[in-house]
Amino acid sequence: MMLDTPKKLACPELLDLAGGRLALLGSRCRACGEVYFPASHGCTRCCATDMEPYRLGSEGTLWSWTIQGFRPKAPYNGGESEADFRPYGVGYVEMPSGVKVESRLSVADPALLAIGMPMILTLQAYRQVPGEAPVYTYAFAPA
Amino acid sequence: MDNEVAIIGVGLHPFGRTDALSGQQQGAYAVREALKDAGIEWKDVGVAYGGSQDGGNADALSNHLGLTGIPFVNVANGCATGGSALASVIAAIQSGVAEIGVAVGFDKHPRGAFNPRPKDWGLEDWYGETGLMLTTQFFALKTQRYMHEHGIGEEALVRIAQRAFRNGALTPHAWRRRELSYAEIAESMPVNLPLRKFMFCNPAEGGAALVLCSAKHARKYSAKPVIVKAAVMRTRHHGSFEVFNPGLAAQQSPAPTVMASRAAFELAGVGPQDIDVIQLQDTDSGSELIHIAENGFCEHGEQAHLLKNGDTDIHGRLPINTDGGCLANGEPVGASGLRQVIEICTQLRGQAGARQVPGTPRLGYTHVYGAPGVSAVTILQAG
Repeated sequence: MMLDTPKKLACPELLDLAGGRLALLGSRCRACGEVYFPASHGCTRCCATDMEPYRLGSEGTLWSWTIQGFRPKAPYNGGESEADFRPYGVGYVEMPSGVKVESRLSVADPALLAIGMPMILTLQAYRQVPGEAPVYTYAFAPA
Repeated sequence: MDNEVAIIGVGLHPFGRTDALSGQQQGAYAVREALKDAGIEWKDVGVAYGGSQDGGNADALSNHLGLTGIPFVNVANGCATGGSALASVIAAIQSGVAEIGVAVGFDKHPRGAFNPRPKDWGLEDWYGETGLMLTTQFFALKTQRYMHEHGIGEEALVRIAQRAFRNGALTPHAWRRRELSYAEIAESMPVNLPLRKFMFCNPAEGGAALVLCSAKHARKYSAKPVIVKAAVMRTRHHGSFEVFNPGLAAQQSPAPTVMASRAAFELAGVGPQDIDVIQLQDTDSGSELIHIAENGFCEHGEQAHLLKNGDTDIHGRLPINTDGGCLANGEPVGASGLRQVIEICTQLRGQAGARQVPGTPRLGYTHVYGAPGVSAVTILQAG
């Protein structure tokens, strides 16, 4: 997606906004090529520590999903009351490198989700408290 | 083996909610019950290992039991706390540190789902803040993928919960003692689909303790000792699908359960077909579903048939979670793995009453799995 207005992000270090195109950032082991999300300081596969930044892209396929049916306790900071809580989708999205990224989903209707469906990266205002700027996190939407 | 270790006493503070007692008091109660069962006193114990997640330090139990100066080691291995304590006591006895040892686990969790702090698990705050760091979510995601890969329907999840509550109703010390109908489970509130309210256990309270000694001395203390043929704990490899993981590796690898199970069977010199009674980690129906195969009791995908056929019932060929497991007993994390061992000891001694598996069970099996990717397995034999 193209970015227009600056947004308050929960996790700016996970996102590459270069050129106004949104992409997820991870890292890759220079020794064995294993790819990580989020960026890792070491390779748990080959135990090397020489890592480089790696652009994971913005498109993938849904690898698994669930619907978060209750409001999580802290440290969750969505800010809504128990009564205002609305279930949200969560899934793993398989990226072209094969890494599966855990993410909130833009939809929370089981009828709209199926393993294998194409997904695209977006931003989601997961915290919307009156009088505050909304806080965004990365999320995936059906493509 | 001439250096085998035996369980000579078991003690449980029933799981559930006990507002009047702290977690440590429930742990101390369990130790006293185990000592009574072995016919010994706390001053006879030479080494102890124990732990809890939310109930404080295990060595503080000495303040309840007596300050006898023994090495008392605190264990903090999540769901594998009990299994790790047990493996450590066995090693201590085998190496001659003491003749008699105690393994104890206890806990007292607040109501509702666990809310871990990301930093404790090497994760950044955003992971918790944005609502991704929940064990229930992980179990659902893993179950959803597993059912997709192996062609298993939601019916299997309902049957696991139904059997757990049916067995719980037969277990005097269980927390949940009401049988639930298929429909009650299948139509209960979606918590994290495909998992629903009655497919999840609840964090709870309780204590569990074992007294152990060298097998060659066991008959001095117990008419029915239980020999520990294997007590193995393993952690995850790169690529296994574990809880609290913002990203999963491109190539999947076997779960720590698979590694712990294989090592335990090898150590004990037996196979899954030799086991008469089984306890598997069932924090939720999906976890048990996966664990039946990961522990080698069937092929991946065969579970639906086994469950439908009643094979995992008390009178079936693979009796699983005969006391109702975590689903009917709740999960005090520190104590949960030792409850499983106690249930197997009770079955092998033929003292399980209405839930006793038929015949004369000789070999039992216990398995726990937990964050951040640990598993502990024991294989137990009637002495």
